[in-house]
Amino acid sequence: MSGRAALAIAAAARTLAGATVRTTGFVPDVRQRVYYANHTSHLDSIVLWSALPKAVRALTRPVAARDYWDVTRLRRYLARDVFHAILIERHPTGRSDHPIEHIVAEMGNRYSIIVFPEGTRGEGDEIAPFKSGIHRLVQMRPDLELVPVFIENLNRVLPKGVLVPVPLLSSITFGCPIPTREGEARVEFLDRARGELRRLAERRHGA
Amino acid sequence: MAREAVWLFTGVIALLVVATAIGRILRVRMTSEAQRPTIENLNARIRAWWVMVAVFALTIASGGYGSIVLFGILSFLALREFITLTPTRRGDHMALFWVFFVITPLQYVLVGMRWYGLFSILIPVYAFLFLPVRIAMFGDAHRFLERAAKIQFALMICVYCVSHVPALLMLEIRGYEGRGALLLFFLVFVVQMSDVLQYVFGKLLGRHAVASAISPKKTWEGLIGGVLTATALGTALWWATPFTPIQAAGMAFAITVAGFAGGLTMSAIKRDSGVKDFGRMIEGHGGILDRIDSLCFAGPIFFHLTRYFFA
Repeated sequence: MSGRAALAIAAAARTLAGATVRTTGFVPDVRQRVYYANHTSHLDSIVLWSALPKAVRALTRPVAARDYWDVTRLRRYLARDVFHAILIERHPTGRSDHPIEHIVAEMGNRYSIIVFPEGTRGEGDEIAPFKSGIHRLVQMRPDLELVPVFIENLNRVLPKGVLVPVPLLSSITFGCPIPTREGEARVEFLDRARGELRRLAERRHGA
Repeated sequence: MAREAVWLFTGVIALLVVATAIGRILRVRMTSEAQRPTIENLNARIRAWWVMVAVFALTIASGGYGSIVLFGILSFLALREFITLTPTRRGDHMALFWVFFVITPLQYVLVGMRWYGLFSILIPVYAFLFLPVRIAMFGDAHRFLERAAKIQFALMICVYCVSHVPALLMLEIRGYEGRGALLLFFLVFVVQMSDVLQYVFGKLLGRHAVASAISPKKTWEGLIGGVLTATALGTALWWATPFTPIQAAGMAFAITVAGFAGGLTMSAIKRDSGVKDFGRMIEGHGGILDRIDSLCFAGPIFFHLTRYFFA
């Protein structure tokens, strides 16, 4: 994911959203990672992506829903050509392979990904329960590092259902990678991963 | 005007050189590690002052429109810091869009057009009546009055009050034509020196807090020492203003007291929101609003005193 258009859009989004980046002991590097974040705005993946160092950015692709991003010409251009998103089918009808298998194939042993395990954008008040896909992903690729990322205030910059943004200050907090345990049951894993993200949110509020 | 401006900025640069030297000496002579944070913060503040003075000098040199653009940007950034701290809801989004992208620019366009009549009522009348309606139209009544009031307050402080600083340029003072920028310099210099001197006197002598639950660092000793010395500095600049020395002293006194009031009020808002600073855009100082809080109060007071008595 590189190119001038991506850089320009990311810079504009970051300026608009006044994003400050916090790291809590996390060191960004190019090893294969899954950045999972709370989802409240269309700006989430762009701003998160732009918060990564340049070398990491080039190897990090957002995962996005095909039913939204493959519809109009502009969205398709943004998703495919600019941000090299991995587009997945959210609805079981009419898909040839399982979305997680598709993601794993697209990642190969090269790319990191940005995912929003809540599945859809929330109102920003509460982190919704995670969909099970991220568990399946980790079971297929237990070698990946899972990095929780808490995004704050982007839902106020560009909330669900509006076209115009408001330039408030947002922040992005990277947590430390959480350990993956092979064979961990789905419910436990999803609770644990969500718990880590909520802890990150609380620690951020306490700070 | 050009010659006076050169003198004034030469004076400011001399002050900064002295401050920078003191900061360096303090760092070298530091006797314990416990002093380090204070001294590093002092040096960071002085470094930021160099940048702020450079920006301010450039806008003064660029004439009227440069100042309008600068204070417009400051308003926008301050508003952004304020609203970020204020809990708003989804239903406020469109009202906020108006606040940021229509009302704020329009207020500064009015300054540029020298349309005093509309400039002075756009926010207290039209925005005040329009914004609650726009919020109500979304249909979310939760804490409605609180939300509407906070947005209006933010707009008054960050945009309406701040816009009075470049509005000084629209005053027509007999015998002082074309020198409005010096008046702007006088205001900003006295306010900022008052802040610095209140800080210095507070650090050196501060014992009795004015309102310890709001800001333990704002003391009577700092207030009195800062107000008196900054008033003296303002008086010494009378030659660059349309005022006599005594009038300049009165103006500087009003500016410094209003500045203190602004700092204390904004401290109360920060304390209520549980933050130390509004932002972190200026190294060592915090956010834009932390630096211009006193100017927010001093600006309109100085504008109206000057307008009433001299324009």
